[in-house]
Amino acid sequence: MALFLIKRLFQSVIVMLAVALIAFALFRYVGDPINNMVGQDTTLEERAELRERLGLNDPFAYQFARFVADAAVGEFGISYQHRRPVSELIAERLPATLELSFVSVVLALAIGAPMGVYTALRRRGILSRAFMTLSLIGVSLPTFLIGILLILVFGVMLRWLPTFGRGEVVEIGWWTTGFATVSGLKALIMPSITLALFQMTLIMRLIRAEMLEVLRTDFIRFAHARGLPARAVHFGHALGNTLVPVITITGLQLGSIIAFAIITESVFQWPGMGLLFIQAIGEADIPVMASYLVLIAFFFVVINLIVDVLYFVVDPRLRADRATASGQ
Amino acid sequence: MVTDAPEGGAAGPFAESGVRDAGARGRLGRIADSDIWFSFTRSPTAVTSAAVTAAIFMAALFAPWVAPHDPFDLASIDLLDAGLPPAWSGDGDTRFLLGTDDQGRDVLSTIIHGARISLGVGFASVLLSLVLGVTLGLVSGYAGGRIDAFIMRVADIQLSFPAILIALLIDGVARSALPRDMHDELAFHVLIFAIGISGWVQYARTVRGSTLVEKGKEYVQAARVIGIGRSTILVRHILPNVTGPVLVIATIHLAIAIITEATLSFLGVGVPPTTPSLGTLIRVGNDFLFSGEWWITIFPGAALVILVLAVNLLGDWLRDALNPKLR
Repeated sequence: MALFLIKRLFQSVIVMLAVALIAFALFRYVGDPINNMVGQDTTLEERAELRERLGLNDPFAYQFARFVADAAVGEFGISYQHRRPVSELIAERLPATLELSFVSVVLALAIGAPMGVYTALRRRGILSRAFMTLSLIGVSLPTFLIGILLILVFGVMLRWLPTFGRGEVVEIGWWTTGFATVSGLKALIMPSITLALFQMTLIMRLIRAEMLEVLRTDFIRFAHARGLPARAVHFGHALGNTLVPVITITGLQLGSIIAFAIITESVFQWPGMGLLFIQAIGEADIPVMASYLVLIAFFFVVINLIVDVLYFVVDPRLRADRATASGQ
Repeated sequence: MVTDAPEGGAAGPFAESGVRDAGARGRLGRIADSDIWFSFTRSPTAVTSAAVTAAIFMAALFAPWVAPHDPFDLASIDLLDAGLPPAWSGDGDTRFLLGTDDQGRDVLSTIIHGARISLGVGFASVLLSLVLGVTLGLVSGYAGGRIDAFIMRVADIQLSFPAILIALLIDGVARSALPRDMHDELAFHVLIFAIGISGWVQYARTVRGSTLVEKGKEYVQAARVIGIGRSTILVRHILPNVTGPVLVIATIHLAIAIITEATLSFLGVGVPPTTPSLGTLIRVGNDFLFSGEWWITIFPGAALVILVLAVNLLGDWLRDALNPKLR
C-alpha cells in the first residue's frame, strides 16, 4: 500500500507541476506583464527597472521555480482587473463556492441514495419507472438550462425566491456564511438544486445498478434463506457492499461539483470562484486565471488521492489484490 | 462473438448464409437482413429518436431553405415585429410561429440556424476526438511497453478531471493567448479544439482494449508473418475490427459535445454572437427572461434538450444492440 501511495503522490506532483507550467507560461508570455501593471505614463526607464526588480529578466527555470514557490504559499500576484492581490480575491470568493458545493453534495446524497435503493428494490414499480425517466431527462438537461427553468418558474413567475446573489451574509472571521440569515438560505435553494440535480441522478443510477448486481449474488440469497428479514438483508448486507463505487463516484463528483459550480454561479450571479474565473477569461485577467487553474488542479489531485486511500479503507479485498499484484 | 466482418453487426451463427443471400440483393438487402436492423425496427424508442435526430439534422443542414425567415438578412427584419410572443398566444403573429426576439428576428428561424452551428461544432469536435483517440489507442495497444504506459497514464490523469472543465480551461487559456481582435475569427477553431481534446480518452481506452485482444489473433499474426508493415496491419487489419464500440462512443459523445458547446457558448466563451449557436441564443435570451419574454430563451433550450435526448437515446440503443451479451 505504501508503494502504491508513493506512486500516486509522485504522479500528483507531476500533474501539479504540469499545470503550474501552463499557468506560468500563460502568466509570463501572454501579453506583457509590465504593460498590464503600469499606466500609460510610465517611462521606459521605470519599466526596465520594474522588470529587473520583478525578476522578469532572469532565466526561465529560475522564474518558474519562483512562480511555483510563490504559488505554494498562495501568492499569485495582482489581478489586472481588480488591482488587488489574487489571493485576497480568492479568499473572499472561496466561502461562497464551498458553501454552495457542500449543500449540493448533501442534497445529491440525501435524495439520490434513497431513490437508488428504492428503484433497485421495487424494480417494476410505477414510482421507480418515474424516477428512471426523470433521471434520463436530468442527464439530458444541461446544468445551465435547469437553472434558467428554475429562475423562470420560481423567480419570475411565482416570485418566491431570489434569482441572483447570495442574499445577506454574516462574517465569521474571514469566512462569510449565508447559512445564518433567511435571505441567505433562500438564495441558496435554487443554485444548490441546480448544481445537485446531475449528481443526484448519477448517484441514483449508480446505487441502483450496484444494488441490482449485489442482490443477485449468493450471499444475499443465503441471507434470505436463513430467514433474515428483508430489511436486514437489503440494508445490512446489500447496501454496505455497494459502498465502494459509491464512495469513488461521490468523491470524484466533488471535483465535478466544483467544475459545474462555474456554470451555476454564472447563471445565478453567485459571487464565488467560478464566476470570478469566467469574468477573468472575459477580461483576459491572467493572474486570476492562472491561480484558478492551479487551485482547481490542486483540489482535484487532493480529492483523487483521498478517494484512492478510502478504497483501501473500505474494501479489504483490494488490499489483498494490490499486495499480490505488486508482489509479482 | 467478434467476427472479421467489418460491419460487426452481421454476426451470429447464421451470418454467413445471410451475407451470401444478401450479396445478390446488394447493400440495402444486407442491411435489412442484419440483426441491427431487426432490433432497430423492434424498438419504438430507437425509431422515434432516430426520426427526431434525422429531422433536426435535415432542418439544420438545409437551414437556409427550411427556415421560414432569414434571421441574418437585415432587410427582412422589422423592429416593429420585435418581442412578439408565440403565434398561439393572444398577441402573437401567425408569421412567427415561436415569436420574435428583441430585434424582430423569427425565433424558429434562429433556432434552425443555431442548430446548424451546434451540430457543426459537435460533429467537428467528435471527429477530432475520434481520430486522436483511435490513433492513440491503436498505437498504445499495438506498441505496448513505455509508449503504452505513457499514453494510458496521460489518459488516466485527464479522466480524473471532468471533460467540460478541461474544455473550458483549454478554451479560456487559448482565448487569452490569442490577440483580442482575432477572437471571433478563431472562436470556432478554438472551441472545436478544446472540446475535441477533452474527449479523446474514451476512444483511446476502448480501442486499446480491443487492439490488445485482436493483436493476439491468428489473422494478425499471419499478416505479420507474411511481412506486412506495422502501419498497414494497424489500419487495414485491426482498425476495421475495433469500429463497433467506437461508433457507440461517438454517438454518445456527440450529445456530450453538443452540451459542452452550448454550455461554453452560454458562459460567453464559445461561438461569437454574430453566428449564434443554440447556447448563444439561450445566453442572449436569458437577459429577457425577467421582462417576461420567456420564449426567446426557452424555445432554443427546448430544441437543445430534444436534440440531446434523441441522440442520447439513439446511442443507448446502439450500445445495447451492438453488445453481444444482451442479444
